[in-house]
Amino acid sequence: MSDQSSVGKPVSRLEGRLKVTGAAKYAAEYDAPNLLYGYVINSTITKGKITSIDTSAATAVEGVVAVFSHENRPELPWLDIKYADMDAPPGTVFKPLYDNEIKYNGQPIALLVANDFETARYASTLVRFEYEEEFFETCLDNNLEKGRDAKKGIATLLKPPPPAPTGNFEKAFENSAVKHTAEYLHSTEHHNPMELFATTTVYEGNGKLTIFDKTQGTINNQLYVANAFGLSYKNVRVIAPFVGGTFGSGLRPQHQLFLCVMAALELKRNVRVTLDRKQMFTFGHRPQTYQKLRFSTDENGSITAMNHLAIGETSQFEDYAESVVTWSHKLYPAANTLLEYKLAPLDLPSPLDMRAPGGCTAMHAIECMMDELSYKLKMDPLELRLRNYSEIDPSTGKSFTSKELKQCYLKAAERFGWKDRNPEPGSMTRGNKLVGYGMATGIWDAYQFPSRIEAIITKEGKLIINNAVTDIGTGTFTVMTQVAADALGLPLEDVTFNYGDSQKPFSMFQGGSAIAASTASAIIIAARALKKKLLKKAKAISNSPLKAAAEDDVMFKNGTIRLKKDPMSVVSFQEIVASNNGRPVRTVNMGMPHAFKLRKYTKATHSAAFVEVEVDKELKTIAVTRAVSAVAAGKILNPKTARSQITGSMVWGISKALHEETILDEKLGKYINTNLAEYHIPVHADVNELDVIFADEPDELINEAGVKGVGEIGLVAMPAAIANAIFHATGKRINKLPVHFDELL
Amino acid sequence: MNKKLPGTFIEKKQPDDSRRDFLKQSALLSGLSITPSIALKAANEHWDEKLAAAIEKTSLQLEINGVQQSLSVEPRVTLLDLLREQLNLTGTKKGCDYGQCGACTVHVNGKRILSCLTLAVMQDGQKVTTIEGLADGETLHPMQEAFIKHDGFQCGYCTPGQIMSAVACIREGHAESEDEIREYMSGNICRCGAYPNIVNAISEVKKGGKKV
Repeated sequence: MSDQSSVGKPVSRLEGRLKVTGAAKYAAEYDAPNLLYGYVINSTITKGKITSIDTSAATAVEGVVAVFSHENRPELPWLDIKYADMDAPPGTVFKPLYDNEIKYNGQPIALLVANDFETARYASTLVRFEYEEEFFETCLDNNLEKGRDAKKGIATLLKPPPPAPTGNFEKAFENSAVKHTAEYLHSTEHHNPMELFATTTVYEGNGKLTIFDKTQGTINNQLYVANAFGLSYKNVRVIAPFVGGTFGSGLRPQHQLFLCVMAALELKRNVRVTLDRKQMFTFGHRPQTYQKLRFSTDENGSITAMNHLAIGETSQFEDYAESVVTWSHKLYPAANTLLEYKLAPLDLPSPLDMRAPGGCTAMHAIECMMDELSYKLKMDPLELRLRNYSEIDPSTGKSFTSKELKQCYLKAAERFGWKDRNPEPGSMTRGNKLVGYGMATGIWDAYQFPSRIEAIITKEGKLIINNAVTDIGTGTFTVMTQVAADALGLPLEDVTFNYGDSQKPFSMFQGGSAIAASTASAIIIAARALKKKLLKKAKAISNSPLKAAAEDDVMFKNGTIRLKKDPMSVVSFQEIVASNNGRPVRTVNMGMPHAFKLRKYTKATHSAAFVEVEVDKELKTIAVTRAVSAVAAGKILNPKTARSQITGSMVWGISKALHEETILDEKLGKYINTNLAEYHIPVHADVNELDVIFADEPDELINEAGVKGVGEIGLVAMPAAIANAIFHATGKRINKLPVHFDELL
Repeated sequence: MNKKLPGTFIEKKQPDDSRRDFLKQSALLSGLSITPSIALKAANEHWDEKLAAAIEKTSLQLEINGVQQSLSVEPRVTLLDLLREQLNLTGTKKGCDYGQCGACTVHVNGKRILSCLTLAVMQDGQKVTTIEGLADGETLHPMQEAFIKHDGFQCGYCTPGQIMSAVACIREGHAESEDEIREYMSGNICRCGAYPNIVNAISEVKKGGKKV
């Protein structure tokens, strides 16, 4: 079977043709008869109350159908739980158009519905709102003292609070030979996927809806709509086969979904609501974060004490928490730790997971701190990491299911040419440019979610796999087809993977780099069950050549079951289905994380990034000229799509370090660079040579597929590696991200 | 919460014909009506009904992907919205609507333009090629093939714009080196960060020497 196995091969994306010809349909692109267009109207104040709404000018415009606001919305459930999605943080979920209260600038306060898009957009400018404004706070820097512990809830399962202190930090820090203290500031970031958030709701009648939505979780949004509008689950179908990027923003149902469904139900019509780019800044975001670190080592560079304090921003109504301070002790063995995480509630929308949430924030600070210590110790930064390398998880004493970080360090250093580095800051030049080399470590969790797979062998002897999961650009469709093909011994073209549809069996939302492990493991479990069933049915055929065969005696190859010892003894899948009265052979199975078996282990992916920057000697402009990332993430299902995940997140690392930030006007309490010209995302000219190495990391323990996921690990190490390279080039430490080149002048 | 009246429903109005005729002649107002700031001013001065009446459909001839089309559109409709919302050619994407992201790139008479910054009526009589018209029937354009081979996309949303720009980039003679490709492709943002693969795809097509 190995001659045709597909897993591990660089298979091109199976939906590639649809994407390069424009045939792939995204949420706002489904045609529906007599479609109405909704345009969202947003609050222009930051906090207060709406005192009056005048819709007369808007409704006088020909083609306007309705204006929905809190004054005339349909009656909705009052229980908060009815609006809580699977990713809702502890607190009170935001309910669009619930009452006249304004909680943040840009809050959706009305939906104008018209016969065409242009009319909806124009008439939405004619609705007049009177407000009563209240005092607000939106600046984290001014409110750090409000930081308090995060409330606990279901979300705490994935993001546990910081562990209790170990040893005696203050005493150990005081008595250590080498110590450093530093503060790190991170700006707000918005996900800004290229596709605008959109929903097309097809009103099918009798309380039935088909919803084309931009989401990372079809079932999450199906449950949300059914609960919020009191509909039967089976009558709500959410479809999302193509999703134009999300990066976390689609983990929760966004308000355009709610407003679109509300309008469709009220008007009994098909409705589309698309947000504009400015409105893409009116919901979840990566929170502003303040961090203060104090690390110390002995004279040989062994870390003695670590204190990591992080204060993140959250909204006034939900406690959005991140795992920020939990990472240092998963990497470095220090006997004395003090890890603290606080939230400061501000008058802003709730933050929301954004690629490598918490991890890329934390590791920037931790790995810049390590770089500082390496200079104080006069030790190579890589040598300092190796000196503090831990084969076990120091925070728990547990073994890792696998950890090939050392391989990452050594392979990436070799490929990059780290040995050529002169450690003296400002010592390396190239023409008019200062050259800097920097390195950093990355770590990310290796989650697995429950996933349910339906596997069917058709009368043509082909395999169908059904699951509700999405493919947000990660390559899920392609790699899951590969996994299924190998599991049944079929060529790729004989496998159909149906996904992106809430009517298919259960999948969690696609996030946390968890889906490759979750769905692949479930497919392997379902395939085992299906093979067992097929063999049983094959044996039952009269005169079956497999009559006496046990499971170990047979192989599955090209749509047949054969005796290993006598490959001419064969029963085809088609014969099996025919003998089953033509009924397809079907199983439905659940894949679950092996919580009991794995209770003695820590699961994590690791990476090492090595970066070269050039800084202009006079202008101080910064360019990342090349970077190498080595990643240890278990088995790589498809090196082509996995490599793209890593290079893509390396671009995110460049962006976080040098480009992107949402700027908040403290006096107005609003974001002011809410467009793609002023919210800087790297363009082609900002991205040069990016090299990826996958460490050889077999992992028999972690799950059936041996997979850890590669969605975020490529980002985690990059910002610190870039900041450290800038220090090496210039001798200046800039601890506020993104680094502005004028700070180097 | 008390039960409130359902949404405000509006009966379709019959426009006042005489007033509409008068406004139809007012070229100034028709021209201005497409500008949002003017629209706001109009609203303040209660011109909105007049404005709506002035937004009357204009006939328009376009050759789209080789097919001659006789259309009737409002002057405020962008080429992008015409393609997506009225002609169901949704391969051309809306990422920002302000000419900042490149997702809406199409060719007009073989040259790349941003269809979100172009009113449909401005292209009367022109030849428009969208991503749907790039392949030769079932045979993909070499640039489409190269994007698949080099994994020049992830989510796929910026891809049509990247490909239309990439073809134009070579036609313009701006693909002589990787640095030049990066410079002349910088109007097309890819949030997934597929840039290195896109540059590889364009370089290969350029080196392949096929007519694009």
